[in-house]
Amino acid sequence: MSILLDKKTKVVVQGITGGEGSFHTGQMIEYGTNVVAGVTPGKGGQKFENTNVPIFNTVADAIKATKAEATAIFVPPAFAADAILEAANAGIKLIVCITEGIPTKDMITVYNLVKGKDVKLVGPNCPGVISPGKAKIGIMPGFIHKQGRVGVVSRSGTLTYEAVKQLSDLGIGQSTCVGIGGDPIIGSRFIDVIKLLNDDPGTEGIVMIGEIGGSAEEEAAEFIKKNVKKPVVGFIAGRTAPPGRRMGHAGAIISGGKGTASEKMAAMKKAGIHVVESPAKIGITMKKALDKMKTKAAKPVRIGKKVKPVKK
Amino acid sequence: MKIHEYQAKEVLKKYGVPVQDGIAIKDISEFDDAITELQRRGISQFVVKSQIHAGGRGKGKLYNPNNKEELVLEGGVKFTTDVLKAKEYAVKMLGNLLVTHQTGSEGKIVKTLFITEGLDYKKELYLGILLDRAVSKNVIMASTEGGVEIEKVAEETPEKIIKEWIDPSAGLHAYQARKLAFGLGLEGAAFKNFIPFILKLYKAYEETDSSMLEINPLIITNDDLILALDAKMNFDDNALYRHPEIVEYRDLDEEDPLEIEASKYNLNYIKLDGNVGCMVNGAGLAMATMDIIKLAGGEPANFLDVGGGANKETVANGFKIILSDPNVKAILINIFGGIVRCDRVAQGVIDAVKEMAVQVPVVVRLEGTNAVEAKELLENSGLNFEVALSLQDAAQKVTSVLTYETFA
Repeated sequence: MSILLDKKTKVVVQGITGGEGSFHTGQMIEYGTNVVAGVTPGKGGQKFENTNVPIFNTVADAIKATKAEATAIFVPPAFAADAILEAANAGIKLIVCITEGIPTKDMITVYNLVKGKDVKLVGPNCPGVISPGKAKIGIMPGFIHKQGRVGVVSRSGTLTYEAVKQLSDLGIGQSTCVGIGGDPIIGSRFIDVIKLLNDDPGTEGIVMIGEIGGSAEEEAAEFIKKNVKKPVVGFIAGRTAPPGRRMGHAGAIISGGKGTASEKMAAMKKAGIHVVESPAKIGITMKKALDKMKTKAAKPVRIGKKVKPVKK
Repeated sequence: MKIHEYQAKEVLKKYGVPVQDGIAIKDISEFDDAITELQRRGISQFVVKSQIHAGGRGKGKLYNPNNKEELVLEGGVKFTTDVLKAKEYAVKMLGNLLVTHQTGSEGKIVKTLFITEGLDYKKELYLGILLDRAVSKNVIMASTEGGVEIEKVAEETPEKIIKEWIDPSAGLHAYQARKLAFGLGLEGAAFKNFIPFILKLYKAYEETDSSMLEINPLIITNDDLILALDAKMNFDDNALYRHPEIVEYRDLDEEDPLEIEASKYNLNYIKLDGNVGCMVNGAGLAMATMDIIKLAGGEPANFLDVGGGANKETVANGFKIILSDPNVKAILINIFGGIVRCDRVAQGVIDAVKEMAVQVPVVVRLEGTNAVEAKELLENSGLNFEVALSLQDAAQKVTSVLTYETFA
């Protein structure tokens, strides 16, 4: 099983004729994603490259003609927030916004307009979503993934690939990997994705990769402590990052002494998460956690009564 | 992007926000004219304020940049009624090194002074506007504890900070402004003056795509005027394209020369104090690579994200920047190519190392399409690469390189 996306999900690509958009649409189709339409205002009526994928002027037109349910946004930063709103208002159920560099003010407005609607927004500034062996919406390299039963959620791009590669090399496949994005305002946070992975019967374990800045990891740790029985492996990037500097991602900044890696790691450890100090140990730690779970499950069941000591 | 106090006040003035009046000078020869002009405006007491991109100026200390032991002046912000004294302060600040709790021990050279009116006031307050990431809305924070660090107030007496969140579609409403004013215990004329102040301040924050606006202190003068005595403004880098007037305020003197150089090549570089340089694609992986260096027994010399399309040119520019830092004893290249072909990146690394005659040991880890071919290329290049196949392997190779360097 997987979350958010599978082989059947009908996908539209906003910004399909741009450089990034067209390249990654080709990659997505090759991976098996059911790309049904593209949107570029002014290019309605054309077809995407050498395919039969029709291009429309608006998302509403694309939905009307193709029943698209999900969108991948590759629109330039100045217009990307508007593209998110267009998709949400047209009735798309899953919006994955890849675009990096959207002004925060635009995202504050759009986030709060989209929040109450029946739509999931992933990103912006993210690698996207992949359900290995089924489909991907995004820019991640498909070949490093392997179909399986571990969910991955991360604020980073290439660091997520790193974690996925470690898992695949150890023979651990993934149910769904979600890059939630490195911006201060993102549609889906750790907690949103972890809830979905926790409810997914096809997911046995969860890898969570955070970084400095904000408090989303602490929020998620609190949720995990109360609700998640599946093993969770966690890493926080940026232990060596200096305060007050934006480390590439607009969201990765320690401000006013808050959002440090050590704070986050402590909160995650307290929640029972297997926190790794080294990003090189993400895969092996998940393997050990899964093995331990299996030996536990394989223990012979005691027949007959056992009196439990009463704890007060 | 950060700007100076005098620039922030210029921005706020445009929005009709009452601010402490003043004139900025960059050279002591401009001092007399500034004072004459302020006197013409009826001002008889003055504050000489050092302009650097760091807080804690008032409590900071000025040192001779050629001899960091020599204390020139205590306090980077000075009040006086005496014009000669003011000039003496100005002389002691300009060109000297101001060290505050935010600059670190290296301090910052004062290149601009803001000569302002000295005001008498009965109360100091705090006002800040910023994004509250937890709810994805802007929040106005106000406190009766003005003139001190807000982080300290938040830590010790959080109940003294009042907050008002702004719905982006509705904007800041008058009732919210009144709530803040009541919360600050304002009454009479001060209350009446506060309402338009905060409404205009928020407008300035919104319309300039500010990411942080802090007035600390906000003062109530003896005749109940509300006025920004200090002003700090940061701006969202992603939105600068629509504010050329703000970009004009960029002060390159406040930035690290290597970081400026790197930004010309579209490289995201931040200089740090360590001995192992690193070159990585992607911000998260770059931070993780810095962490790996630390775990391997080194200290990262920089953060460097070369972005998605790592090619020969970006790699060569990356080397140029990293090697300009004399502290670098080793370099770790960690590229997760993904769709990018690793053999091409490897060729870029080889060419760059040859062209630039790189002397320090280079640990290379390339992952993604054609990673094995890339490893062969590097190993057969005749150059002294330490080729790692995994992140764990890379960490161990950094450790061994550092150990060797220490004993060599």
